[in-house]
Amino acid sequence: MIMMEHVCKSYRIAKRNAGFREACKSLFFREYEVATALSDVSFTIGDGEMVGYIGPNGAGKSSTIKILSGILTPDSGRVLVDGRIPYRDRIEHVRQIGVVFGQRSQLWWDVPVIDSFELLKDIYSIPKSGYRQNLEELTQLLNLEELLRTPARQLSLGQRMRCEIAASLLHGPKLLFLDEPTIGLDAVSKLAVRDFILKLNKLHGVTVILTTHDMQDIEALASRIILIGKGRILMDGNLSDIKKGNADIDETVAELYRSYNI
Amino acid sequence: MKNDCSFIKLYWHYVSINVRSMMQYKTSFFLSVTGQFFVSFNVFLGIYFMFRRFPEVDGFTYSEVLLCYGVVLLEYSLAEMFARGFDMFPGMVRGGEFDRVLVRPRGEILQVLGSKFELTRIGRMIQALFMFVYGIVKSDVTWTFPRALTVIFMLAGGTAVFSGLFLIYAGICFFTLDGLEFMNVFTDGAKEFGKYPVGIYGEKMLLFATFIVPYALVQYYPLLFLLGRRNSLFYMVLPLLAGAFLFPAMGLWKFGVRHYQSSGS
Repeated sequence: MIMMEHVCKSYRIAKRNAGFREACKSLFFREYEVATALSDVSFTIGDGEMVGYIGPNGAGKSSTIKILSGILTPDSGRVLVDGRIPYRDRIEHVRQIGVVFGQRSQLWWDVPVIDSFELLKDIYSIPKSGYRQNLEELTQLLNLEELLRTPARQLSLGQRMRCEIAASLLHGPKLLFLDEPTIGLDAVSKLAVRDFILKLNKLHGVTVILTTHDMQDIEALASRIILIGKGRILMDGNLSDIKKGNADIDETVAELYRSYNI
Repeated sequence: MKNDCSFIKLYWHYVSINVRSMMQYKTSFFLSVTGQFFVSFNVFLGIYFMFRRFPEVDGFTYSEVLLCYGVVLLEYSLAEMFARGFDMFPGMVRGGEFDRVLVRPRGEILQVLGSKFELTRIGRMIQALFMFVYGIVKSDVTWTFPRALTVIFMLAGGTAVFSGLFLIYAGICFFTLDGLEFMNVFTDGAKEFGKYPVGIYGEKMLLFATFIVPYALVQYYPLLFLLGRRNSLFYMVLPLLAGAFLFPAMGLWKFGVRHYQSSGS
């Protein structure tokens, strides 16, 4: 179970005006501005839920994911994931979670994908039998058979994303964070990824938290939607709550953003 | 203890995947190795021409200086080979790859070390070995067991000191988000100063290199022992003492990691 209570997070950002002179000035006198990423964010997510975490760029989605995955420490508030405080028990915590950053690869670029997997096996100290079983299942579900012996640099984006997802699941985590997993993928790959995530949830009861700008992802995957804007939770409900009649999902969400003025 | 084993095993796994990656670019690898060799070869020529004019520098002969530089260059290359990840760390922070490090159940230092193993430094090490062997043969050191041990201590301690410098460099990146060129004054600087026994630069320099950035401990003092100018065994173990430099470096690094986690920079 994931619990966030009154979590706040702000960053100090250096500001300066345009121009060379200003750049020189800022070398010595730097003005800072406090940017609030999260203010008083609270929610609870139960085991096995699939949650779409949406909001415009810069709303605080990534900050939330980073706090939940132990990368960042919140300024205040309480965070508990299955009884662990992510940023305090980092190593214990990350053993139990999987994280996919859609925009960043975790595969070694120049060696066959299977080599990266083998390294992950050692990083997570996955026992041999468990590793073989997970690998077999992931290979089959994500259709990786042909890809495992190919260096990551020669994979298409869609193929690589399937491998990335498999890489994040080799240690069999109970909780999976997907940060824009379908970004830039073609239709076939998108469907394959969505299909897999659904199966994963159904077969193993993995809790999935998904951030995306692709509303079809949300429609296909998320039974629950949390909307964040300017660092605040604006809405927490399900798709039918926000959908009016048979309006298109993109329109529905755009309308939602507008109504909250974000 | 079982944990330690898997620590080393994992590190070698990282090394092996780095080497396998490099083997994809054969030509690039061999050119880099050759380049590394010739860069240091130039430095060697510098020393050579210097000694064409002057028979000795502050009591040290040509071969003794070569011996000294050979050791320092070996230390530096070893540190660069193993701790290159810290040297490249600014890119890792800016590219967000450090986030990936933090979501894996392993120590940050091990993962950054493993992120890059720079085998091309072998070119420089070959050059260093040449100088080292030449220095040993020509400077008629009478080899005893303590002296052989001293060389090993020098290599270990020196690699630790240079790695510590890289670690400090990476630790500072957490605050500046960018590499600080001035740190090269210490890393490259130590290597450049290391060409000659540090004692010849005068007392102030020697004090600095003893107590601030302790590369005199891995170079000057044990060299005196090696060449038979000092006989106290204390000089022999000084390089190991220099390894303690890693502790403040690690402290700074850990401080940096905590800063990162609370600032998200």
